Amino acid sequence: MFGYYLDLALRSLKRNKALTVLMVLAIAVGIGASMTTLTVMHLLSGDPLPGRSGTLFYPQVDPDPDPSPNHQPYDMMDYRSAQELWSAHRADREAMVTSSQLRLTASHLNLPPLMAQMLSTTSDFFPMFDVPFRYGGGWTAEDDRSRARVAVISSDLNDKLFNGADSVGRTLRLKDSDVRIVGVLAPWRPSPQFYDVAGGRFSNGDTAGFYQRPEDVFVPFQSSLEINAGGFQPFTCWSMPGDPAHLQNSPCVWVALWVQLDSAAKVAGYRRFVADYAAQQKALGRFVHADNTQLRSLMGWLDFNQVVPSDVRLQTWLALAFLLICLFNTVGLLLAKFLRRAGEIGVRRALGASRAAVFAQCLVEAGLIGLLGGASGLLLTLFGLWLVRSQPVEYADLVHLDTTMFLATFALAVVASLLAGVLPALRASRMPPGLQLKTL
Amino acid sequence: MEIRPILASLRRHRIPATLIVLEIALACAVLCNAVFMIGQRIADIRWPNAIDEQGISMVTVNGTDPRLAASDIPRDLSALRGIAGVTAAAAATSMPLDQNPALSDFTTTPDGKTTVNTSIYFLGSGGQQALGLRLLAGRFFNADEYADSGIKDFNSTGHVVLITQSDAQRLWPGQSALGRNLYTNDRSWTVVGVVADVLAQDPRFSGPGGRHSSAFFPLHPDAVMGDYVLRSAPRDRARVLREATQTLGKLEPGAVVQGATYAGVRGDYFANTRSMAWMLVLVCVVMLAVTAFGIVGLTSFWVGQRRRQIGIRRAVGATRGHIMQYFQTENFLLGTAGVVLGMVLAFGINLYLMQRYEIARMPWYYLPASAVALWMLGQLAVLGPALRAAAVPPVVATRSV
Repeated sequence: MFGYYLDLALRSLKRNKALTVLMVLAIAVGIGASMTTLTVMHLLSGDPLPGRSGTLFYPQVDPDPDPSPNHQPYDMMDYRSAQELWSAHRADREAMVTSSQLRLTASHLNLPPLMAQMLSTTSDFFPMFDVPFRYGGGWTAEDDRSRARVAVISSDLNDKLFNGADSVGRTLRLKDSDVRIVGVLAPWRPSPQFYDVAGGRFSNGDTAGFYQRPEDVFVPFQSSLEINAGGFQPFTCWSMPGDPAHLQNSPCVWVALWVQLDSAAKVAGYRRFVADYAAQQKALGRFVHADNTQLRSLMGWLDFNQVVPSDVRLQTWLALAFLLICLFNTVGLLLAKFLRRAGEIGVRRALGASRAAVFAQCLVEAGLIGLLGGASGLLLTLFGLWLVRSQPVEYADLVHLDTTMFLATFALAVVASLLAGVLPALRASRMPPGLQLKTL
Repeated sequence: MEIRPILASLRRHRIPATLIVLEIALACAVLCNAVFMIGQRIADIRWPNAIDEQGISMVTVNGTDPRLAASDIPRDLSALRGIAGVTAAAAATSMPLDQNPALSDFTTTPDGKTTVNTSIYFLGSGGQQALGLRLLAGRFFNADEYADSGIKDFNSTGHVVLITQSDAQRLWPGQSALGRNLYTNDRSWTVVGVVADVLAQDPRFSGPGGRHSSAFFPLHPDAVMGDYVLRSAPRDRARVLREATQTLGKLEPGAVVQGATYAGVRGDYFANTRSMAWMLVLVCVVMLAVTAFGIVGLTSFWVGQRRRQIGIRRAVGATRGHIMQYFQTENFLLGTAGVVLGMVLAFGINLYLMQRYEIARMPWYYLPASAVALWMLGQLAVLGPALRAAAVPPVVATRSV
């Protein structure tokens, strides 16, 4: 029966080409617009470390000496708190991170010096965030302690400086210090660049910067403080820093701490540990707000920072409204089409077709339109994503159509057109056959 | 035109009529809000900035030896001033829209509070000419003030400041700002001049209150000054920038030298805003097209369905004009219902967006404006089918009965 209905549907679609094209186009445009924005949404709001993000946490303490109550602790930590929490080693893995800019020269390579982003971190960073290596590996905890002059570089930088060759063992000049390359990353593009996320609540929805590429150079934390002395920027300060060149003892927050906690018991334990630390610091007179601590999960921290740019969310709403308009359009046109065939349907009913059969026939036709609309919608989606890729936004290079969204496009198209077809099909199947036959 | 027969016939086609009304309503609501957002983005792109935007080129020098800044900066500047076509050159810590905010909160009393973040700029000698600041009251810095002012803890060690007109009015409404003091963290500076509004380093981040809140301090040559600001006639700009980048590359061999025209910096800052505005325009156009085609499709169907009735009406004396008017009036009624519903919806969406996304209230005239636009769109869309209906010959009435 299905094959026959399909044949009927094809004939009916061919009979009125203009109307068919109109319906298919309406669905295609609606699907194209909404799938483009939903794909961007899907890529930007996804989990940057699937399977691992549940064990990663972001502790926060509040070193602000202002006694008026703060709603939220600062988005980053002062150096002393971060260093003390980190060196207690109470978590399964833990890494301090802070980002800064410095001059990078590859002296023997005859290239002009360039300004590079450097991530100062500790050895756990690479295993904790599952960072893929192409050559070599991360540094050791011993390198952290001994302030070794070693570095891990990104695959982009390796391509630029060494044409993608194995550069482990070679030397780079960071500002005025030489560092030895111990590892080269494979292409790594977490979305968002979660470990640097902070301050989203102050950005008025303009959060595209959270999706930029990871840093070019990764250097042990203590080594980097010596290499780039004076080159670090505070996230914010609660009073004027005495010596802006050395933030270690300044009243500023500028270091983030990430911890990996493998079980719920450890999470509770760490939460207690952070609270105890704050209480102890209050007893020492360094903290005022001992009870203002937080331990957010990775995804919780991303939510708190509202990492998805508000422009993207707005576009998604617009596109869905747009899809709705296209659907109203399709319902109207399908209704017109089916009711126009009242006579034909009357004959079928009179010859013994049940209401369900007429209903099914109409839905097959609607579904066929949906499939055609989905196929053209897919082309429009690819065009839309190409448009997004050519936009001057940080996440442009991330945008692509993955299998999930590819299948979702067709599912959405068929479901949308079936939904649009239900009402017209119901109306068509409810038509009294006698009345129609009389007017033939 | 008698509308009762139209209403009676619409009542018989309740579902398609409702669908058209809903489609027009949604289109109206989206159109209102989208056009409003486009307008806001265009206003953003046009934020005034009282510096010589078309004449300025910037060269940023990073990674120099800070100990040599005091001698290197005057040397670099004299080389830059020697380039043909350069009318002024100066060193500065940052520029409006360079997205590198250096913010401070200034108050008019030593223990005051404010929520406005002021962008702070440190200018080297000649900075006012290089930027093309427009003095509205008072004076620019003198040579002594440039020579004696340093920077400590992100603040000027000098005693003078230039502020913008917006700040002068915000801090001392209705009074002259000259000679008054600005305070932050137990430091104070005397306002010696008021300049026309200059944008913040990152006005989106600073918010509406801090958009034109900028303060300028004098500074002797210091390592924190990473920008060389050059001014020339717009037609010399490209050449001046190229030569300046080469000159500085030779003078500072170990440093990273990057040049940009100020127009380019401004373009980059608003690139995102501009592309979002175009996206919204695209959405509006396609949405209106879809709505129009929907109306065409459904009306064509109605015309086809009513060929016999039209023929009968023509046969009993209705003119072509009457038939056209019938469909136009019908469309007008549907359109009216749609836009009334749409305006309510548009207002509701705006209220929701105001709460969720800190979007401003939509001025009332957007509602009638988009209502009129949709009415006209409906009338245009119905024209084709209505003409076809009018072309139905009266003889149809006599056939196939």
